[in-house]
Amino acid sequence: MNSGVINIVIAGLGGQGVLKATSIVADVAFRSGLDVKQSELHGMSQRGGSVSSDVRFGREVFSPMVPAGAADYLVVVAPDQIEVNRRQLRDGGTLIAPEAVDPAKLTNKKSFNVALLGVLSRHLDFTEATWLEAIGAAFPEKLRAANLQAFALGRKAG
Amino acid sequence: MSDTERKLLSGDEAVALAAMHAGVALGTGYPGTPSTEILESFSKLGGRAQWAPNEKVALEVALGVAFAGARAMATMKHVGLNVAADPLFTAAYTGVTGGLIVVSADDPGMASSQNEQDNRHYAVAAGVPMLEPADSQEAYDFTLRAVEISEQWRIPVLLRLTTRVCHSRTIVTPRTDSLPAPTPSFARDVRNRVMIPAYARPAGRRLRQKLSELQAWNETCPLNRIVAGKGSLGIITSGIAYMHVREAAPETRVLKLGFTYPLPLEKIRAFAAGVDRCLVIEEGDPYLAEAIRAAGIKVENASEMYRFGELSVGRVRRILEGDTSPEPAPVPGKPPLLCPGCSHRNVFEALHNLDCIVAGDIGCYTLGVLPPFEAIDSCVCMGASIGVGLGLRHVLPPEQARRVVSVIGDSTFVHSGITGLVEMVYNPPPTGHVVLILDNSTTAMTGHQEHPGTGRTLEHEPTGKLSFEELARSLGLKNVFISDPSADPGKFAQLVQACLANQQLNLIIARRPCLLIAGAIKEYERAANQTCTAAVDGVE
Repeated sequence: MNSGVINIVIAGLGGQGVLKATSIVADVAFRSGLDVKQSELHGMSQRGGSVSSDVRFGREVFSPMVPAGAADYLVVVAPDQIEVNRRQLRDGGTLIAPEAVDPAKLTNKKSFNVALLGVLSRHLDFTEATWLEAIGAAFPEKLRAANLQAFALGRKAG
Repeated sequence: MSDTERKLLSGDEAVALAAMHAGVALGTGYPGTPSTEILESFSKLGGRAQWAPNEKVALEVALGVAFAGARAMATMKHVGLNVAADPLFTAAYTGVTGGLIVVSADDPGMASSQNEQDNRHYAVAAGVPMLEPADSQEAYDFTLRAVEISEQWRIPVLLRLTTRVCHSRTIVTPRTDSLPAPTPSFARDVRNRVMIPAYARPAGRRLRQKLSELQAWNETCPLNRIVAGKGSLGIITSGIAYMHVREAAPETRVLKLGFTYPLPLEKIRAFAAGVDRCLVIEEGDPYLAEAIRAAGIKVENASEMYRFGELSVGRVRRILEGDTSPEPAPVPGKPPLLCPGCSHRNVFEALHNLDCIVAGDIGCYTLGVLPPFEAIDSCVCMGASIGVGLGLRHVLPPEQARRVVSVIGDSTFVHSGITGLVEMVYNPPPTGHVVLILDNSTTAMTGHQEHPGTGRTLEHEPTGKLSFEELARSLGLKNVFISDPSADPGKFAQLVQACLANQQLNLIIARRPCLLIAGAIKEYERAANQTCTAAVDGVE
């Protein structure tokens, strides 16, 4: 295990914003001055298939991929993708499953990915202001409010 | 944000940024995962970026730019370099005036490719220097170095990336000094650029001379470095494998190679002599291990099982432990599917119901092979659907030959299908043939890039448009049909059935814009019309 490196895997289906959510986490770590690496596979992901994406941060990160069974956090956006990805989680790691947030409370259902980041944010040592900056930078003006609402909802639930 | 501030970039974005800082006058290529974002980013940064019909044309255009004394970059996925191999091999002979970078983005593990070829062999075969970055910072730095090396030795340079370098985002601190761009100007240089045998023979010798100088220079080149460590083991590695090695064996001595052809063999020899046991860990083919052994240096390499797929920290640990036990199979995820409402669905439904033998091609529509359609019988390379379909038609018994259909996407047709259509007219099978162009008005698979058939440039601006139907008619094809398979699926199926029955040569253009881009296309057209109206107003 890399001392001091936090490993996060975000998983779901193509079109659920898995890559977007991972980019936001990476950006938060980046804005916090840490070394950070994010990795995913593009290509077929747009066609509704399984997608997972890795983000790792700490003082110095080497491989961009979270080693098998080394994820400290596994965030899953689609219920049927939990079992596909469970093996990624280390012993004692934290699973953030979709039931953590009630989608009915979202202004925009498409912001479910960001709501789960709100839950994740409770576990990580970043300031709320940095999260809000990163989310603000990740979306165009018209989608910003819905995503900030989703993040706040998840953060409260977490 | 200033341009030299630290940034979080993908390897593709880092190459694009470096190309800007290197004063690259033109970037050209054909979309292909994982290379596509290089030109898209280069364009967004203000660079001049173009999609070419295919990689061969892209490299030829780039070579012309370099002959003119300006800097050029041609980008492609690994299999694209097969298409561009013809100009590559002789461009190594002609050499260049302005820097020429050929970017090959390989796909170990085949996240989105039809094979796992290791393009490091191309550097050796063509005789061009090769750089292999391991992360975005190196992708940035090595792109700039590639331009410098290319101009110093007047030779194209292969920048070999892999999926995890292209698509991982890591931190980049750009250089403060950019390379001032040269002013293009034509200088006649017949002996270097006209490869008739009399001039090509000495050019081949000059190439070998350059490579020999490059090898000597590479012995002390800072692109290869040694990471100090403890113990009796030394590891030689390159590219992304270096990152996995550093994590799996943080205390071990490592020779990290960045400039991997021609190899710094004396540096490698000295490194190997300084350790009891020297192990090469590389992703893909045992390219380094074999070249190093051929130089009489004793090294070990991983078991053959690790040649397949990507490496990872876990796999590198297994290699270090000499573990050759079977690896756990990944839990199968949900496979990708044709989107709900996609017009390709109607096409494959018809082909399935008509029990067609389908020679397929490269694109989203390759998903027609999966249930419930199971309506593709071959998929080889860009454009192969037409040639393979014709070959099947030529020799199969007539009752089977009459069921053969070639299915090809619009962008793929422009890339490599046109010559297949010419072949069909020139050597028609006795039972005729049916070619189906699935024209969804975009290069969908790689993320909706434009192509000559859309009539819009990389930046979605209007430009000359290739008409498939007019092209086909100009070849002498009489049976050219245009049909929207979603508008009336039954009518479309009847059309296919009638073409299969008529024993003639047929082209069906199944035309309906990709659902995911239909809105954007309307927006591009509206913008184009506005510009057009404004121009007319201006004249008045």
